[in-house]
Amino acid sequence: MLKYIIKRLLLSVPLVLGIVTATFFIARLAPGDPMDMYLEPQRQRQVDPEVIELMRKRYGLDQPIHVQYVTWIKNVARGDFGESFRHRRPVRDIVAEAVPYTLQLTILALLLDALFGISLGIISAVKQYTKLDKTLTVGSLIVYAIPGFWLALMLIMLFSVNLGWFPTSQTRSMNYEDLTMIGKFLDRLWHLALPVFVLGIAGAAGTARYMRNRLLEVLNEEYIVAARARGFRERTVIVKHALRNALIPIVTIYGMSLPFLLGGATIIETIFAWPGMGRLTVAAVGGRDYPIIMATTTIAALLTVLGNLLADVTYAAVDPRVSYDAPRKR
Amino acid sequence: MLLSVRDLRSAFFLDEGELWAVDGISFDVEAGETVGLVGESGCGKTIVALSILDLIPHPGRVVSGRVLFEGRDLLRLPPEEMRKVRGAGIGIIFQEAAAALNPVYRIGNQIADVIRLHRGLARRDAWSEAVKVLAAMGIPEPEKRARSYPFELSGGMKQRAMIAIAMAGRPKLLIADEPTTALDLTVQAEISDLLRQIQDEYRMAILIISHDLELVADMADRTMVMYTGRLVETADTKELVGEPMHPYTQGLIGAIPVLGAGSETPLQGIPGAVPDLLDLPSGCTFHPRCRLADDECKLEPPPLEDAAHRHQCACYKVRVQT
Repeated sequence: MLKYIIKRLLLSVPLVLGIVTATFFIARLAPGDPMDMYLEPQRQRQVDPEVIELMRKRYGLDQPIHVQYVTWIKNVARGDFGESFRHRRPVRDIVAEAVPYTLQLTILALLLDALFGISLGIISAVKQYTKLDKTLTVGSLIVYAIPGFWLALMLIMLFSVNLGWFPTSQTRSMNYEDLTMIGKFLDRLWHLALPVFVLGIAGAAGTARYMRNRLLEVLNEEYIVAARARGFRERTVIVKHALRNALIPIVTIYGMSLPFLLGGATIIETIFAWPGMGRLTVAAVGGRDYPIIMATTTIAALLTVLGNLLADVTYAAVDPRVSYDAPRKR
Repeated sequence: MLLSVRDLRSAFFLDEGELWAVDGISFDVEAGETVGLVGESGCGKTIVALSILDLIPHPGRVVSGRVLFEGRDLLRLPPEEMRKVRGAGIGIIFQEAAAALNPVYRIGNQIADVIRLHRGLARRDAWSEAVKVLAAMGIPEPEKRARSYPFELSGGMKQRAMIAIAMAGRPKLLIADEPTTALDLTVQAEISDLLRQIQDEYRMAILIISHDLELVADMADRTMVMYTGRLVETADTKELVGEPMHPYTQGLIGAIPVLGAGSETPLQGIPGAVPDLLDLPSGCTFHPRCRLADDECKLEPPPLEDAAHRHQCACYKVRVQT
């Protein structure tokens, strides 16, 4: 197994390098200049062209693109992602600030996804053809089809603007510093509610649909009839004989959600002004903040590769038929 | 009488219509005897087996009739009582062991689970008992095999493992649905030997279901021939094979290749094909394929009637002959 993991990691080096290289050149060849934000007339701010030239030099933007690329690779190899053009602070610090916010959001969203998705999928499959199943199936299809940004805006409209139950955006209230420990915790949860719900519910709808289909597939297998024929309780048949088999591919799906965990949700974070990785990336793309674009892309590429590997490794752990070691002796 | 099936009718309720896979079947199985059920694929043999255990999958179900096992009607038994009959009273083995074994549990655990359920043994005792059952099924290195997953066993070993699971509950009746069909010829012989051997040891009855008349003739004391959901002939196996009455049975026997018969006696098939159960011919459903059929056969299905001692047949032409 260890040998397999090392092999996979080595094989993924060229892949990650390729993604990063492509992103580097696409970002820089795309129209727009990071210095534009100093020149925008509506900012009503005149900056001396000489100063701009100096800044270009400072960030190495005066160099030919391939030289910039080599410099960037060298720095990253030393663990230095450079300095953000816009924030004028090390990219590492900015990312380190964004990651905890994203994790709060994505971990809770994934929990909601798994909790409701898997349980509703199971209920739906076990109660196949009943009204409950039909309601859940149609409901999950509708939720699955609703675009997240639209749902987010509608929920903000209803619960924040009209009813005033939840905040429209941000991570904490204005009076946050005056609150007690418990008050602070509750205030955070209160701000998390809507974005977590929007992210989690869409995932849960997808998971429920997948879980239902998988379980129905497994319930049609002959070993389920065989288990019933042995006199096991229906509950045992479902939980022990069917679920274990049905959950195997689900585990893989969650393994592959690693990039989402740290990469965040670009649209939802932007709508809720959530200072996580997703919003950071969107803002960086808009402002041509190359060092941040490159850092978040690199992280996303690494996590995608690791997530796939994690999924494959967990697959071997939960399914005895899958093994990455030399064939076992029969 | 161990098992008495009376006027059993089971159907699937499909969008295209009602499919009567079992259409009024009655038969008995005595304790310790082997009864064979023969018929072509798709004639409803497996549904008979699943009806006895009340395990027909959706959208099918047993519609009417009685399944008396040790005097109790299984179709009217409360679910808790029925669970005790499944596994402990009646065991079943299927055609594809690879499909009937749960792929993610060790063989030993699958056997031990049944032992714990029906014999109330503790986990550890059930495991060592499971190893013993595997050994009794002629599996070499039973300790090692108990720790194997189904995919690690050969086809014949999987079949033995599945029989071990069925035997773990010490059933009084074993239903063997095409027990050898998916296997190599040599392994087929081993498995039928094994079935005979465990029947002697455990003194249980066997209901053997197969399309293979030779296998059934080899194993069964009595044989029933099934066609489109109905029994067309039942008799002691020797008599059925030696003096078949129903034209369909005669056709089945004529279709068995005889070793050393030479090329001058061509193999006799039955003309035509098994009709679609959703679109059955009128009257005797065999009449379009039958050489004796006339207009009488197209009107009403012939009843299964005594034609000789312990020999029943459902055919107007045979009744006329006797």
